[in-house]
Amino acid sequence: MTIKKLDGKVPGGSIQDSWNNHRFKLKLVNPANKRKYRVIVVGTGLAGASAAASLSELGYNVDAFCIQDSARRAHSIAAQGGINAAKNYTNDGDSIWRLFYDTVKGGDFRAREANVYRLAQVSVNIIDQCVAQGVPFARDYGGYLSNRSFGGAQVSRTFYARGQTGQQLLLGAYSALMKETALGKVTLHTRSEMVNLVMVGGKARGIIVRDVVTGEFTKHVADAVILATGGYGNVFYLSTNAKASNASAIWRAHKKGAYFGNPCYTQIHPTCIPVHGDNQSKLTLMSESLRNDGRVWVPSKVGDKRNANEISEAERDYYLERIYPSFGNLVPRDVASRNAKLQADQKKGVGPSGMAVYLDFRDAIKRDGVNVVKEKYGNLFDMYERITAENPYQVPMRIYPASHYTMGGLWVDYNLMSNIEGLFVLGEANFSDHGANRLGASALMQGLADGYFVIPYTIGGYFADYKPDGLKTDHPEFEKAMHESTDHFKRILQVKGKRTVDDFHRALGKIMWDDVGMSRSAKGLGHALKEIPAIREEFWRDVRIPGTGQEVNVELEKAGRLADFLELGELMALDALERPESCGGHFREESQTKDNEAMRDDEKFCHVAAWEWQGEGTKPLRHVEELKFENVKLAQRSYK
Amino acid sequence: MSDQHNMRLSLKIWRQANTQSKGQMVDYDLDGVSPEVSFLEMMDQLNEKLIKEGKDPVAFDHDCREGICGMCGVVINGQAHGPEKETTTCQLHMRKFKNGDTIVIEPFRAKTFPVLKDLMINRSAFDEMIKAGGFVTVNTGQAPDAHTILVPKGDAELSMDAAQCIGCAACVASCKNASAMLFVSAKISHFALLPQGQAEAQTRVLSMVEKMDELGFGNCTNEAECEANCPKNISISNIARMNRQYLCAAATHPSK
Repeated sequence: MTIKKLDGKVPGGSIQDSWNNHRFKLKLVNPANKRKYRVIVVGTGLAGASAAASLSELGYNVDAFCIQDSARRAHSIAAQGGINAAKNYTNDGDSIWRLFYDTVKGGDFRAREANVYRLAQVSVNIIDQCVAQGVPFARDYGGYLSNRSFGGAQVSRTFYARGQTGQQLLLGAYSALMKETALGKVTLHTRSEMVNLVMVGGKARGIIVRDVVTGEFTKHVADAVILATGGYGNVFYLSTNAKASNASAIWRAHKKGAYFGNPCYTQIHPTCIPVHGDNQSKLTLMSESLRNDGRVWVPSKVGDKRNANEISEAERDYYLERIYPSFGNLVPRDVASRNAKLQADQKKGVGPSGMAVYLDFRDAIKRDGVNVVKEKYGNLFDMYERITAENPYQVPMRIYPASHYTMGGLWVDYNLMSNIEGLFVLGEANFSDHGANRLGASALMQGLADGYFVIPYTIGGYFADYKPDGLKTDHPEFEKAMHESTDHFKRILQVKGKRTVDDFHRALGKIMWDDVGMSRSAKGLGHALKEIPAIREEFWRDVRIPGTGQEVNVELEKAGRLADFLELGELMALDALERPESCGGHFREESQTKDNEAMRDDEKFCHVAAWEWQGEGTKPLRHVEELKFENVKLAQRSYK
Repeated sequence: MSDQHNMRLSLKIWRQANTQSKGQMVDYDLDGVSPEVSFLEMMDQLNEKLIKEGKDPVAFDHDCREGICGMCGVVINGQAHGPEKETTTCQLHMRKFKNGDTIVIEPFRAKTFPVLKDLMINRSAFDEMIKAGGFVTVNTGQAPDAHTILVPKGDAELSMDAAQCIGCAACVASCKNASAMLFVSAKISHFALLPQGQAEAQTRVLSMVEKMDELGFGNCTNEAECEANCPKNISISNIARMNRQYLCAAATHPSK
């Protein structure tokens, strides 16, 4: 096999016109013909729900699937801080170009320029759409929309609904989805997990689904399959993701031939509540918006264990403000996380474990008063107090980085189609827009951009050259895929070992966090590449699943997902090893400037790595897509 | 770490194999529970123990564990989501309990929410009510510039208060009539307070209330247990707003 140079199919011409020209050139499907097509959408978060609703509105028949009991519960709901849009309502110098520029730079020059430009362009339509749906965004006294600032930007372009922006945007997309479901154009399948992709004639034509209540497997056929199943942050076991968030849909597609783009690009979010102990099941994020008013610090003296309020101003090190005077506490996430780790490594961390830094609101409360701070962040402060039993109005919050988002995902071209024809990938599940680091408030923007404003056009372009052929689920390929899946779950049940699924997941998570986390080295990655297969082998020898496959069996569901994480974790380590440069969230200890900033190697690594599965036990192939920066000049990032 | 493995608990948990079978309360003892863990982490600990003993773990719904997805929720010592005010089950921490406590854990019970297994219930009736009208009919691409729709700050805040509902169904579980009026009225208020929701305000309230009745949810008898147990502090004044809207629509809507 030879290495391929992938074509992202970026339209020619100036970047400002490329999406408009492309939309005009895409062929159209006549409205009467649209009803002859069926589309499967897996996942009902922002990307999936918005895509399913928008495609249904156009006239396509849609089958939508989610693992939760309602489409409204997808993990987009947990996004707190906000959504970016280049509206320039604040008159502070924002523009589509600036949002594009900030996002390319924030991603450390590892995203596809044309995708990012399109994202910035449609960002303004997203806000319009959400307002029309009745999303109750924060407003000023005049009734106009209010904005706040987020990391990696010097303008206020973030729209928000208290600390629950993701919830309100998702309820908007969910309500659009339910409107279409009521019309009978969308069929919604809840508590349903995709366990396999069905390929017919080299095209994605359906999926195999497991009903998590009855354990029944069903076959679903369509003319195109859209995966909008989110990221794989749970590979670290402890993360800010929901417990059921998983990589199985994209991993099964990967094993059917879809390339996996930049698996090592993971985002470790700087402001999460620190780990309390061994029985911890997940980590809770504190919105980045808190860094608007909260000041990050540690004691200047190593090993200073006094209470925060006893440490005088002169004895505090506001290290982000000191090192990055122009962005201060609002540096991008990767920079903030890495600096927190550096403080902990130097034994300046705070709290019982020493694995935390302070996020202090004392000065904001002094300046603006408790009520102003309460109005902005009240629900976040309450949540912090519920979890930690400490009152952040009186003592500074303790925070530490945690796995949060994955920039990597299935490789897609400009049309959001993977290398498999008819398989589209949206939102966090794809690799496309955030490069090596995502800026705050950009995930919601990308999910909704993909679903509301990109896929409705690009899927038409695909269907215009494709005729529905009346394929049925009795085709042998469906039978084959069905058998693969039922056998896989049978195999898990037959192990009948001694250790629990969580036990194995914690073991994998520890290796991933230590060796493939915030800081990576050839030595650590080598260790991970040895350890992960060993854990996987042990899993298949010794996992214990109680009960049967024909009933509610939560352990079996978890085991299915972990089996995939145990393979994906290895690919992440391999990708990290074969990218010896540092970029964004991927920090290789061997490649840093003298003041510990990430140092890219644009000569050799200004490309996307897209991995092709070669079967179990065989090293996957690393294809590349070269990245060209014609509009934003390649430069070492600086937030100083 | 601050873990102090010092709590011993007696748990009484509802076990039911599936919707068809009859359930019962089963007693479990659990040792070494840290006060720092969440209620669901305590349940995880119990389940790991049960699995290691070769027993069937307790099925319960949960997902985000941040109190926002609305997936979790059990009745703890007779209270939906347990003793802490404005707190979902996943955000309740064991420091709210004492060493030696007996904790009774049951599913959210209502005729409209069949038990799937143990503490897992089927809440699809909530989706059915949203389907009946819990939306603004606007297609993608139809929206004008966001600033052409002005919303007075006070209205936006009130609307947001109602829109915070996470659809967990604690309101139904807390009500002796198993009424869903807090949930339905929160959705109706969310839209009724915004200019975007006006065009369909009458049809929305008529059709959502009709669906609520058809699904078999009970009526409201003003005992406010729903508000007291709501993890998002949704106010029963929303029910009054819904009733006013309903009355007005029933009297004046052309279909009536």
